[in-house]
Amino acid sequence: MNTTINTIMSGRRKRRRRYVLITTILSIISLVLCGLMLYLGNTIYTVEQIVRVLTGEQIKGASFAIETIRLPRMLAGLFAGFAFGLAGSVFQTMLRNPLANPNVLGITSGSSVAAVFCIVILHSNEFVIFIASVIAGLATVTVLYLLSIRKSFSLGRLILIGIGLDAMLGSVIAYLLRISSEYDISKAYRWLSGSLNGAQMEELPPLIITVVLCTPIIILLGKHLSMLELGEQAATSLGVHTDKTRIALILGTVCMIAVATATTGPIAFVAFLAGPIASRLVGIGYSTAVPGGLVGVILVLASDLIGQFAFETKFPVGVITGILGAPYLIYLLIRMNRKGDF
Amino acid sequence: MSKSLSLNEKPYGSPTPKHFTIVLILCLLALGLCVLASLAFGSRIIGFKELMDVLFNTSADSYDSDVIKQRMTRTVFSLLCGGALGIAGALMQAVTRNPIADPSILGVNTGASLFVVGGIAFFNIGTANEFILMACIGAAITAVFVLGVGSLGRGGPTPIKLVLAGAATSAALSSLVSAIMIPRSNVLDQVRRWQVGSVGGSSWSDIATFSPFLLIAILIAFLTAPALNALALGDETATGLGVRTGVLRLIASFAAVVLCGTITALAGPIGFVGLLATHLIRLMIGPDQRYLIPMSALAGAIVLTVSDVIGRILGRPGELEVAVVTAFVGAPILILLAMKSKVRTL
Repeated sequence: MNTTINTIMSGRRKRRRRYVLITTILSIISLVLCGLMLYLGNTIYTVEQIVRVLTGEQIKGASFAIETIRLPRMLAGLFAGFAFGLAGSVFQTMLRNPLANPNVLGITSGSSVAAVFCIVILHSNEFVIFIASVIAGLATVTVLYLLSIRKSFSLGRLILIGIGLDAMLGSVIAYLLRISSEYDISKAYRWLSGSLNGAQMEELPPLIITVVLCTPIIILLGKHLSMLELGEQAATSLGVHTDKTRIALILGTVCMIAVATATTGPIAFVAFLAGPIASRLVGIGYSTAVPGGLVGVILVLASDLIGQFAFETKFPVGVITGILGAPYLIYLLIRMNRKGDF
Repeated sequence: MSKSLSLNEKPYGSPTPKHFTIVLILCLLALGLCVLASLAFGSRIIGFKELMDVLFNTSADSYDSDVIKQRMTRTVFSLLCGGALGIAGALMQAVTRNPIADPSILGVNTGASLFVVGGIAFFNIGTANEFILMACIGAAITAVFVLGVGSLGRGGPTPIKLVLAGAATSAALSSLVSAIMIPRSNVLDQVRRWQVGSVGGSSWSDIATFSPFLLIAILIAFLTAPALNALALGDETATGLGVRTGVLRLIASFAAVVLCGTITALAGPIGFVGLLATHLIRLMIGPDQRYLIPMSALAGAIVLTVSDVIGRILGRPGELEVAVVTAFVGAPILILLAMKSKVRTL
């Protein structure tokens, strides 16, 4: 008897240690990448100079490069990556399938349509863009839900409908970009596959505030989330208000996705990749929300660094995440099909 | 070849579908209207009277007649492309026995695009024939890959598995297309067509180049139609009826790939036309391939031409690429199919 308890307890301790270790390592990598985002560029400034600029000193040249170009870019990547990664892992856990992520289901495209409309056609301010993209994201989820409830819930149906919605919303984005007066292919890329180019300090507050506010709520619900993963009935019998938890989680994550999309565009595959990678790293028993968010940060920042510096031409971050992410998606599909998940 | 495949004796004696004549007449009427609309609408709208003047009074020499001549090329091109996409959709659905199969959903068009763009960037290809060859190779490889991934595991190629495999492959390939195109931004406008399909900028020589390819593929499609009917009953039944299913699948897929490849080589990836066309027709005249395939061609031509007209009206003074419009009008069919289907069949 005692040995059984001991085995269980030691297993728990092991998993806890692993969770803490992985989260710490991911945080450190994220911080290093943030540093690199500030450090690398056309001109390389010393670490001391960077620190002095960040603490508010004015240094000729360095201040401009860091404060108006590298810092906003880094912050946009950091917070958007976290938002996409966290939202992706939450969706994955909630729907118990890595393919059911906000990108595939068309939720990012919904927010994107609203953001493009506000930015390109109405030239609205950040606040309006923020509200509009959140509303559009939630509206997309509602439509998706209404279309996919039939006599019984089927994940396959949900995903097919999501893919259809995504295609339709994608053509609305293309249309809006086309009729905008200042059609510009490099700007268009932001809305096609996501880009950190042209991130500006003024655009960032809604994103940062939303991420800071929503993350604790989602972490608190995280405990319920891992029970949801056991299935509806099991979760209910463990005392989870499944409906309330789910609605709260959807609200929180969609807000995060919407603002992130409004700031950087729908960065391809980040929401999708973060969940599976995080759950692989952390193992079972712990919520993948925070590690997922950190994986998102790492993916976005690392891809942006690759896109900026690895080739002669600068590539927007979404193209790099797309190329890195797609083979993994295909690998995952092959594995899932073999296992017979669908 | 046709002897081993076809079931010319009509084993199940199916007559002409019920509303076939009416549907045919309606489609032809719609097609006529489409052609007129396609000639009349654009950044400059030409009135009906002027249009008739130019069409039936060849001596009329005005600015309008030049505009119409240009739109004529475009109209013929979009009719042919639409027809080809309609047939390709019908063939793919029959081969995979899957209502959701469509060249774009399976990623085949994106594969063709990638090979054309790659060919331009790395092998300096430049003639229409080279585009077509590369596009067909790309389409074939992608089709094999997607069908392979989608058929793994229990239940063979179910709609959901195929769609996911297609969507994933398509996303991967279009990232590669972007990666190839961005460093060559000086030629971006010329090659942009292979990112978002468009029927603008077509020429009579394009039409002349791809017509033989289309002709061969269409011929194959018509010859295999009776055997595809048998395939719809299931592989075992089809074999029992004397159809060599493997050979049939290979030949029909070949035709579909050639159709998608040639169209994508010249117009770029255009999606959802096949899906929309075949399902509209199936709804009206039922699943008999011998009627479904030619009628899907007709419906595909209508869908693509209407979409092109819509794109020209919405995008004025420029134009909205036809692929953008077809995605918007075609994707609801995917949603409807998903809503209607039973859980088990997904």
